[in-house]
Amino acid sequence: MSEERLTRLLGIEDLSRSTAERILDTAEVFLDVTRRPVRKVPTLRGKTVINVFYEASTRTRTSFELAGKRLSADVVNISVATSSTKKGETLRDTVATLDAMRADVIVIRHAASGAPQYLADRVRAAVVNAGDGMHEHPTQALLDAFTIRQKKGSIAGLTVAICGDIAHSRVARSNAQLLRVLGADVRLAGPRTLLPRHTRFLGCPVYDRIEPAIEGADVVMMLRIQQERLGGAVFPTLREYARVFGLNRTRLERAHPDSIVMHPGPMNRGVEIADDIADGPRSVILDQVESGVAIRMAILYLCAREPGQTVGA
Amino acid sequence: MQEILDRDAVARGLRRVAGEIVERHRGVEQLLLVGIRRGGVPVARALARWLLDLEGYDVPVGSVDITLYRDDAATALPNPRIGASEIPGGVDGRHVILVDDVIQSGRTIRAAIDALMDYGRPRRIELATVVDRGGRELPIQPNFVLRSIEVPANERVDLLEEPGGLRVVIQPLTAPSTYPARP
Repeated sequence: MSEERLTRLLGIEDLSRSTAERILDTAEVFLDVTRRPVRKVPTLRGKTVINVFYEASTRTRTSFELAGKRLSADVVNISVATSSTKKGETLRDTVATLDAMRADVIVIRHAASGAPQYLADRVRAAVVNAGDGMHEHPTQALLDAFTIRQKKGSIAGLTVAICGDIAHSRVARSNAQLLRVLGADVRLAGPRTLLPRHTRFLGCPVYDRIEPAIEGADVVMMLRIQQERLGGAVFPTLREYARVFGLNRTRLERAHPDSIVMHPGPMNRGVEIADDIADGPRSVILDQVESGVAIRMAILYLCAREPGQTVGA
Repeated sequence: MQEILDRDAVARGLRRVAGEIVERHRGVEQLLLVGIRRGGVPVARALARWLLDLEGYDVPVGSVDITLYRDDAATALPNPRIGASEIPGGVDGRHVILVDDVIQSGRTIRAAIDALMDYGRPRRIELATVVDRGGRELPIQPNFVLRSIEVPANERVDLLEEPGGLRVVIQPLTAPSTYPARP
């Protein structure tokens, strides 16, 4: 087998198209596993996965935890509120400690861009980035691509509009890169204060209204307005944001009649997405959650395996 | 490359095994044939054709991929491609006949039984293989066999699926794989 081994997943930017497709293909099998009566396989028995979350995130952590458990790995969660960082331990020392406990995979979320890379260069375990600052969120991009592929058959040739806080969103960065690598035509849109300075970003056209981005799109991906991250000076009120930039029925009519609507969650209902759209027939938001477990199973499976001797069947 | 079973021998052997299955089960209505990917799948299909021929009943054929259940799953081949398992109608209460091309150590069969159990609770599981080459490492024996033959460890038994039917050859371990490239 000449395919490259996956030993870490830090971002989409260093992922080849063939490796990305291999992750998506592997996730198909795990999606089947998660739909069986027994939603568990013995594959990673005896392996240890540690989730280290320096930022709160119930859904991503739960998704990784379920993924590890459904592969029969031992999963430990460490969140910042209960950890020794409160006692002043550095990231480097925390991680060296986890590595000494012989973790096979360390899943990390951190507010600092580049923290997973820093860690990956210093530990034996395979490191998976579960979101770092404003940099990347590769497993979210992969699960979104997987969901699109499930719903649309393939990604190449589709038009995808990503709308919201483009400048600060790691979800937007990872998604735009991955979907372009997989052959989609990606458009980015949001209020001017939440856009990068240039008219093209990551090779995608940038719009300061969402209407032209949505026009004819096969996929409309709304981003969460991260009120906790924004200072408050970037748009006047949430009500005004909803009125001008929220996805509602009138705006969605511009998209392709068979288009799907996505949101990485958690949603601000009535802000970036209207209730009837979030719960409507074109919403695949809960499919994204289901895909998330399958994609993370695929990534843990591919990362936790060690090179060994070839054994006949 | 040495042929140990030509097309006629495989066809006759499968017809005999189909007859034994009918006799032992007094019919075929509760049966489910499950081929172990990938070598067992064409054998399961061929067996189903003989059962249809004998009994006029179309026995469902499924497949199971054992990659995730291998006892060396975490250390063996780098990133093997995992195939889909398809179990039409589930296994609950069914008489399942696992079908593989070759049995040697028995480890593949152990993995396949574990995989099947995760789809439900079969009434019974039996095993049919084309070749039993000896070398068992687990206490597992096939219920139906076309041919038992000792094969040296440095040789491989390959089932060839050709337009004219199935045949079985022995060749050195180092020979290129006879499996067609995946689509």
